[in-house]
Amino acid sequence: MQQFLEIISKPDNIPIVLLLVSVIFFTWLAWAKAKKNDSQQIPEEAKMDDKVQVWPYLVRMEFLMSIVVMAVLVVWSVFLDAPLEEPANRALTPNPSKAPWYFLGLQELLVYFDPWIAGVVLPTLIIIGLMAIPYVDINEKGNGYYTFKERKFAILTFCFGFLILWVALIVLGTFMRGPGWNFFWPWEKWDPHYVAVLTNVDLSEMIGIPTRLPDNSLNPVAFLFGGVLVFGFYSLIPIYWMMKRKTEIMKKLGPLRYNIVAFLFLTMVGLVIKILLRLGPPILGLNPVKYVWVTPWFNI
Amino acid sequence: MLTQLRDQFRKTEVYKSIFRHSYQDTQRNRALQIVDNVFLHLHPVRVPRHATNLGYTWGMGGITFLLFIVLTITGVILMFYYRPTAQYAYEDMKYLMNDVPFGPLIRNMHRWAAHAMVLTVMLHMFRVFLTGSYKPPRQFNWVIGVILLVLTLLLSFSGYLLPWDQLAIWAVTVGTNMARATPLLGHEGPFGPELGLRPDNDVRFVLLGGTEVGPPTLLRFYVGHCIFLPLIATIFMIVHFWRVRKDGGISGPPPGKNNF
Repeated sequence: MQQFLEIISKPDNIPIVLLLVSVIFFTWLAWAKAKKNDSQQIPEEAKMDDKVQVWPYLVRMEFLMSIVVMAVLVVWSVFLDAPLEEPANRALTPNPSKAPWYFLGLQELLVYFDPWIAGVVLPTLIIIGLMAIPYVDINEKGNGYYTFKERKFAILTFCFGFLILWVALIVLGTFMRGPGWNFFWPWEKWDPHYVAVLTNVDLSEMIGIPTRLPDNSLNPVAFLFGGVLVFGFYSLIPIYWMMKRKTEIMKKLGPLRYNIVAFLFLTMVGLVIKILLRLGPPILGLNPVKYVWVTPWFNI
Repeated sequence: MLTQLRDQFRKTEVYKSIFRHSYQDTQRNRALQIVDNVFLHLHPVRVPRHATNLGYTWGMGGITFLLFIVLTITGVILMFYYRPTAQYAYEDMKYLMNDVPFGPLIRNMHRWAAHAMVLTVMLHMFRVFLTGSYKPPRQFNWVIGVILLVLTLLLSFSGYLLPWDQLAIWAVTVGTNMARATPLLGHEGPFGPELGLRPDNDVRFVLLGGTEVGPPTLLRFYVGHCIFLPLIATIFMIVHFWRVRKDGGISGPPPGKNNF
């Protein structure tokens, strides 16, 4: 526990504590406002649409906020020194080696995925996905006020991605990943000699299909099995389209928007499934899953 | 006597050339206060009342901009004391933290404001999403916002290397190691080896200026951090703010929302 307090109070980790506190606060605030708006005919914001002069009403607010922010920043800077460790030394690798805090969610994903997915493909998809949001969200309601009722899917998806897959993984990666990137509970001491037994097996091996043949070449059956699983997963996109294409919402969405939304959404779901395939089996006394699909060029 | 002098001064050509209007509290002067000021002119003259409500806006966009200004000023001061070479960088940091008057304060402010900016950018984005403010006509400004988020992360990440201590070099090593796994572009990525990529000719090599984080990387990140990225970010910020105005000012319920 003492070690946990030490890590939490490291100067460079203060932003994560702030992140956690502010995200919880603002989620609650937005939730309360959305609930209030949803329970009445007119959103609160619409009652405040009379115009006020920017001077003084807005400028005054900005001025006050600037003073508060500067005061906090100066006090923070007077009392807490930015870290400066020993000089850079390529021969001395710290354990654990961690990226800056805002990338620790992605670094945490390295546990479950190969670097090309966790470090390149997923960040790219996050950026592209974020940019696509305004063009694929065709729901006209909920523009300019807090609401939940009018856009449940959009808000739930975004909040899951931001609060769980981004913020929670950052917190996990910073505070609970010790030497060797091993998991430690807050009350446990980070033991640098702790050796985690790696019993990961590929998904095909769980049902008795070895990934490698005795001569260490790839087993075509396992290759096929994984390929069918991955392609089968993404074939949910056309299947769902065929089932629902007659509905109002699908017609409005159109095939292009639908494919983008479905692909991004399924990828996010697939990410969670892969994490659960690693964490779930040990609870049932089975081996954790390493890869779903092994190919000569890449593994998923 | 003083009042007389002041009144006399206010009638001079010099005074009138600087201050275009009087200070009497009139509707007209309040408008002129905004329109006649190059900085405040970023604002419209009047805004809907909810734009001044912190509960609605959270103020995170404005705080981000303030932090960017703080970072620019403290960053320029830090540049006077810092040389981006492996030989001097760490020594300069020690000098800054121990001997330069107010050195630690300036450096701490720069570091904490940088962390805070990453945080406020995320929160700003969260708010804009939750109020649906990216919806028409503001779709493109959201895209610019995403680019600014990426630029903020890149600015913070490139600055992370500059102290040239263990924390810096290994955090950047961990981060840039991902580049070698880039599909088609990295020597450990899918189809990378098939395309003839090696540690000394792939995308990571271009990023680092070498096969590992070394002195050329420090210089590359320094130039990127101090010149290239702030310049690009400034351009996108200009467009971001301009678009806020052009897309109809701060988001709010559509006019019809009042007559449910």
